[in-house]
Amino acid sequence: MQLFLEQVLNGIGNGVVYGSVALALVLIFRTTGVLNFAQGEMALFSTYISWKLTETGLPVVGAIVISMLIAFVAGGVLQFTLIRPMEGRSQLNVVIVTLGLFLAINSLAQLFFGTDPQLMPSAFPSGGVDLFGGARIQKDTIGLIVVLLVECLALWVLLNKTRLGLKLRAVAADPVSARLHGIRAGWMLMFGWALAAMIGALAGSLVAAERTGFDATLMQIILVYALAAAALGGFDSIWGAVICGLIVGIADALTIQYVDALDGIEVVVPLGLILVVLIVSPNGLFGKRTVERV
Amino acid sequence: MSLLELDEVVGGYGQVQVLHGIDLAVDEGKVAVVLGANGAGKTTTLRAISGQVHVTGDIRFAGTSIVGKGPEAVSKLGIAHVPQGRGTFGELTVEENLRVGAINRRDNDIQRDLDRWYGVFPRLGERRTQEAGSMSGGEQQMLALARAMMARPRLLLLDEPSLGLAPLVTRELFTRLGDLNRNEGLSILVVEQNANLALDIGQWGYVLETGHIAVEGPAEQLHDDEAVRKAYLGF
Amino acid sequence: MATEQTGAATEPVLGVAPPDVMVAPAAAGTTPPLWPPVPRVVFVARVIIGVALSAAALYAPFYFQPTMNRVLSQAIYLAIAAMGLNLLLGFNGQVSIGHGAFYGVGAFTSAILMIDYGWSFEPTIIASALLTGVFGLLVGLPALRVRGLYLALVTLGLAVLFPRVAQKFVDGTGGRPLLRPSRKEFSSLIEGLADDQWVYFLSLAIMVALFFLAWNLTRGRVGRAMVAVRDQELAASTVGVNLAGTKVTTFAISAAYAGVAGSLSVMVDALADGTNPVLYFQRSIEFLVAMTIGGAATMLGPAVGALALVLLRRNTQDLIEGKEILAPAIYGASLIAFVFVLPEGVVGGVRRLLAWLGRRSSAKGRPPTHPIPDDSHDIGGPNERT
Repeated sequence: MQLFLEQVLNGIGNGVVYGSVALALVLIFRTTGVLNFAQGEMALFSTYISWKLTETGLPVVGAIVISMLIAFVAGGVLQFTLIRPMEGRSQLNVVIVTLGLFLAINSLAQLFFGTDPQLMPSAFPSGGVDLFGGARIQKDTIGLIVVLLVECLALWVLLNKTRLGLKLRAVAADPVSARLHGIRAGWMLMFGWALAAMIGALAGSLVAAERTGFDATLMQIILVYALAAAALGGFDSIWGAVICGLIVGIADALTIQYVDALDGIEVVVPLGLILVVLIVSPNGLFGKRTVERV
Repeated sequence: MSLLELDEVVGGYGQVQVLHGIDLAVDEGKVAVVLGANGAGKTTTLRAISGQVHVTGDIRFAGTSIVGKGPEAVSKLGIAHVPQGRGTFGELTVEENLRVGAINRRDNDIQRDLDRWYGVFPRLGERRTQEAGSMSGGEQQMLALARAMMARPRLLLLDEPSLGLAPLVTRELFTRLGDLNRNEGLSILVVEQNANLALDIGQWGYVLETGHIAVEGPAEQLHDDEAVRKAYLGF
Repeated sequence: MATEQTGAATEPVLGVAPPDVMVAPAAAGTTPPLWPPVPRVVFVARVIIGVALSAAALYAPFYFQPTMNRVLSQAIYLAIAAMGLNLLLGFNGQVSIGHGAFYGVGAFTSAILMIDYGWSFEPTIIASALLTGVFGLLVGLPALRVRGLYLALVTLGLAVLFPRVAQKFVDGTGGRPLLRPSRKEFSSLIEGLADDQWVYFLSLAIMVALFFLAWNLTRGRVGRAMVAVRDQELAASTVGVNLAGTKVTTFAISAAYAGVAGSLSVMVDALADGTNPVLYFQRSIEFLVAMTIGGAATMLGPAVGALALVLLRRNTQDLIEGKEILAPAIYGASLIAFVFVLPEGVVGGVRRLLAWLGRRSSAKGRPPTHPIPDDSHDIGGPNERT
């Protein structure tokens, strides 16, 4: 029982990470209609910036906040320079641009920050908390969960209760019509990217701290799992992305522990999950729109 | 001076010019109707006014030239454009759609206006938390109209509001439009294929043919003139 | 892949072109639908280009050094894989970023057959094609239910999964999934041809055969079915196109192409590598890039794109000595640049040039190549429930 609980907690620990990145992916997709394959690498770059800032003596929280602000600006600039010109073009072209970004950003990160593993200090106190059943949950996992919940709440409020959020959603629903109502759609799209980049920066910085050192490969496999989580959630729903992140994380942890046959190829789990869910429910578990066009 | 004036407007989509010199005016408080066959350039004319299509020539609204301004700017000046196909935000609720209409307003009367339009269109009131995309064509048209009115515009541009609607619904729609014009003094420029109903509420009519105005005159005259009707309006 | 519309509003109108604008059949940059008759000038130009390219291709291995020949051979197998993807994505509209996995299966099939079972190389090509074709079929079936974006993701997963499967099940040198067939296995079967030249010509021959096959396929009924499914699935089914059959078959064929490419890669590189976890994902991207740069839904596109890619890869490595890390950055940047400047790919761009030439020289009226605005419009908009 304890083992099971531990694995579930493990899974939650990872799942929160996948959920955070999935959140950024879904946000960009919901607000701009683009699947950003470079999301992970953007987060990676921001993580390096956070790390660099801590190296100069800044406290961790301050470093992360500054990095998030930088990411905000960078995200907007990226959208403006590279994605906006792709409007009206085939979605495939946009995908290719994000793939190109994936390659470029990762490589630039290695160029600027080196290939050696680095240590990212944690924003949370170390140690764990004992739970019932004899299992133990790490404090930074709890921290991540709390942060993620706060993010979701904040995003939900933003999108559903504010004027800005209404504008964002209107642009996502019908940009042409939105412009006719006096909404500056271009700015809204930039804002969507900026926000997602900021979330990614936070996720990356916190994730890196959980590990005993990170390097340029940090986000690569996480991206696959995050994509799985986002897809499971249907790309439509913020809470869906997070919940599915947890599902993916837990399923993955349990598979590693209990299914020896899949040893080494556990990545088949998120894949299998996507496939099964999609065959059964083509819009994902929580999705409403059909996400067909590519 | 008319509220809206189009002067020698020429333009279209890239290399294909659709408008070949449109001269048009809408007086304040009046309804102008633009008729014509498919491909004549009716929709493009409205798009030119709301800044979605690049044109040369002059477009003046309340005296100031607005040609070259984008849709956002034109909207803020007080022109509301209800496009072909309504342009309702399907994923947003009815109330959210209406609030988008008022998105640039800074006053405190938004709730009052919401209540007012729920009164005028009771069916919208019943469905205020429903997703707009799940409503029928007629209801969406009402929504699009109410949404446009939420911006308290001076000029309303309507592109084929009767498209896809049942005759009874269309009649109701045009009655409302007529009311808005008479009671509020709302200026309207409506593009229509359903010439009959449109001319009934209008004061002045234009018939567009391959990018220029072929015939214009008082709406009643166009309605009654048999030659015009047969040649251009098909009835 | 959405058809691209030229001549849309020059003012930045967000989203798609206005709904009342119909794109005439021969819009620039999309698949020329029914192979319209070409004006004389264009025809002559094409013949000249064709002859020149063929001559160059045949002469190249005698002119260049072995290392360059090897690079060219890499371009060839890349072209084959890109053509496979082109059939699936360019012509049939199904997105896959997992063809690297099929390529990997092909490569390992050849390597394993040669090392563990003593096959000579040439027959393994056929075995690879068959095996990967079957895999393609198996993947194509569930793909019927999974569309667009999701299909991209699932196939991405395949590309990520493959090296791990290889790691688990393949025992190569030192227990790592790295297979190195002896280079002697690939020695020239024709006297007078050096080994590297033989490798090149064999690859070239296979490529020409496969491209010819693809050309035939797309010209015929199957090809039209593919395109119909891509453009208007619902409509296609109403005129009797077997949707499932077409899609699954295309998947299988396209996978087989990638498998052959993988097989050839074993000959060219003398290597089947399962140690690198992102290699097959990278390959998937390369196929996509080659197809896009060259020109999707064209015949020469994949070849042109593959050549460009391989040369780019080589030259960026030369450019930045000591800073090889920068290679992917330049690579990625070039990708982005291409999409900006030549979204229809090189071949698409050349075609437009030739079409322009053709229009200049024809005495008769031009074929409509620009969107024709039309005020007629289907009932309601996207949010409409009729």
